[in-house]
Amino acid sequence: MSSNSTVISGAEILVKCLQAENVDTIFGYPGGSVLHIYDELFKQDKIHHVLVRHEQAAVHAADAYSRSSQRVGVALVTSGPGLTNAVTGIATAYYDSIPMVVISGQVPTFYIGQDAFQECDAVGITRPCVKHNFLVKDVKDLAQTVKKAFHIARSGRPGPVLIDIPKDVTAHKTEFNYPETINIRSYNPVHKGHQGQIKKAAHLLLEAKRPMIYSGGGVILSDAADQLTKLARRLGFPITNTLMGLGAYPATDKQFMGMPGMHGTYEANMAMQHCDVLLAVGARFDDRVIGNPEDFAKHPRKIIHIDIDPSSISKRVKVDVPIVGNVPDVLEDLIKQLEAIGGKPDAAVSQWWETIAGWRARESLKYRTSPEKIMPQAVVEKLWEVTKGDAFVTSDVGQHQMFAAQYYKFDKPRRWINSGGLGTMGVGLPYAMGVRYANPGATVACVTGEASIQMCIQELSTCKQYSVPVKIINLNNGYLGMVRQWQEMFYENRYSHSYMSSLPDFMKLAEAYGHVGMRIERPEDVGPALELAFSDKHKNDLVFMDFIIDPTANVFPMVSAGKGLTDMVLADDHL
Amino acid sequence: MRHIISILLENESGALSRVAGLFSARGYNIQSLTVAPTEDPSLSRMTLVTFGSDDIVEQITKQLNKLVDVVKVIDLSEAPHVERELLMIKVRATGKDREEMKRLADIFRGHIIDVTDSAYVIELTGTSNKLDSFIAAIDPALILETVRSGVSGIGRGDRMLKV
Repeated sequence: MSSNSTVISGAEILVKCLQAENVDTIFGYPGGSVLHIYDELFKQDKIHHVLVRHEQAAVHAADAYSRSSQRVGVALVTSGPGLTNAVTGIATAYYDSIPMVVISGQVPTFYIGQDAFQECDAVGITRPCVKHNFLVKDVKDLAQTVKKAFHIARSGRPGPVLIDIPKDVTAHKTEFNYPETINIRSYNPVHKGHQGQIKKAAHLLLEAKRPMIYSGGGVILSDAADQLTKLARRLGFPITNTLMGLGAYPATDKQFMGMPGMHGTYEANMAMQHCDVLLAVGARFDDRVIGNPEDFAKHPRKIIHIDIDPSSISKRVKVDVPIVGNVPDVLEDLIKQLEAIGGKPDAAVSQWWETIAGWRARESLKYRTSPEKIMPQAVVEKLWEVTKGDAFVTSDVGQHQMFAAQYYKFDKPRRWINSGGLGTMGVGLPYAMGVRYANPGATVACVTGEASIQMCIQELSTCKQYSVPVKIINLNNGYLGMVRQWQEMFYENRYSHSYMSSLPDFMKLAEAYGHVGMRIERPEDVGPALELAFSDKHKNDLVFMDFIIDPTANVFPMVSAGKGLTDMVLADDHL
Repeated sequence: MRHIISILLENESGALSRVAGLFSARGYNIQSLTVAPTEDPSLSRMTLVTFGSDDIVEQITKQLNKLVDVVKVIDLSEAPHVERELLMIKVRATGKDREEMKRLADIFRGHIIDVTDSAYVIELTGTSNKLDSFIAAIDPALILETVRSGVSGIGRGDRMLKV
């Protein structure tokens, strides 16, 4: 018999599978049901395990590892509470279609259903928030299942996959053979788009008088930024990137219109509404982007929609030319079609650019300045300057997230890491950890707020243990800023439970964890503080910068929930 | 509008709850659902009756297709098909009702499949409408219990749902 046929334990098989998938890092937390697995991890050195302080953070870190690279992040948690703690992280990844494999321990097969200690129905609990999940009941199925999980996670519209492994399965022994290929008869994602539809799209684009390109997270996920940029430049059309799509087209380029949607720029929203041909790429017309779908549909325009997921097409907005396919493949084909047809975009497009110039003149991202108080927008602008626009920026959720998206001009894909769909507060710090592991040596900034950061602040300890030198920009206004903003606008300033008193002294807290803490209270100190934090002096330090900002700063422009996209409240009105 | 969705799915534990969960999570209606293994024991076939606009039914089929365990989906009701449902109904059968229930079952081409001193169990197969009509024809006071299988359907002629 060959050496292939030696029998090894399920735990060893799992670790070998992960090695075969070239997994270099996993984020996890041990517990009873995964002890066999942890023992195998101990015996090898190819996979680096990062011990987090809470399972939620393990999953967020694995998620950001994926978002900031082209690889699949992996998290490992124990049964019961380990798994339930992981659920927020899994749902966060699911809503943004992030490829990830989560491995959870389970009580032994013979205990399942008996309400055993730390038992929970992991596949049941996670079913609505995973792309797929598996309960492995037989060690003979384990290697095949892991192969399937990675394949499903990264192909088609990506997403998290959970593998629930009972403890006895990790102890049982069998032969190990990692399949090289896998064929799942019920799962065959498409790649190429329909050529006839692509040709139709090409003609429509060339006939457009008021064109607009609207691209989303799908372009980032499918690594199609180059193709998108090539297409946009060839056509010379205005382009907007959604919150999830920032960096797909260089934000510093003149064709870039800023972000669309609830907190999008005036020009992006006006162009989305008034264009005659809209090319939507890897985007899903969600409520935060187009506002009220009825209002959006009132303006006649032809819509071309490229997406890998057929269910995203005509879900909220009727489209004229649907193209289902892998975004980079479809964009390549579209560029080829345009070349084959020849000719230039309609001359009327130059008038459209004049109209856009008028909208841009509104300077919708202009904000109130103050000699006394630090404006959060200014902090982000300074961060962009200091990091030369080349940092990985993670954020939590709320006002600071919008400020980061609006004012940090992302020129590259996979640099902006945030929870767009689920909107999970607490992701920022674990995201920064995940980014740093996927991109060793990279500059990583976490733009957060004093409320969000406290939701996973325990990870400061993980960052100390593993020397993860991320820089935390805490925009501290003492409020749940976005909640306060809505209460100001829609609830007559009744600030119901949006103010937090008894905040910790973040500087001392950072120091207590063994990091560098700073408090910045005056506008003139913003630049020097950031310069220092990102200087070589603190190259190997986590620096926690607590910026005490103007507590009244709000995010503008703003389209109220349920309103039409052009029904914007501009900062002008409040300046 | 009423639609009959036929689904071929992997005969694996959890596959049914993935389908049922999808309907509840997205707020789609299920009027009836029936599922059993096919001649290939690795596959199950499900017939699901739902109500919704064309847009909603389009979303339902797309979302079903996205489930990894789902092999194929068709909207049976958009082309010629046959559909049947099985009803078992237990009725009081005493005195003059005994003969009357027998007659009624015959008229609807039902079969009496269980007989006691006081009751019959009548088996009836047909479209859901036929079953509704049969139930409506029986004096409600005589109905002791009913159970319906939910609709099963199959395309006519060359129309197949196979791997």
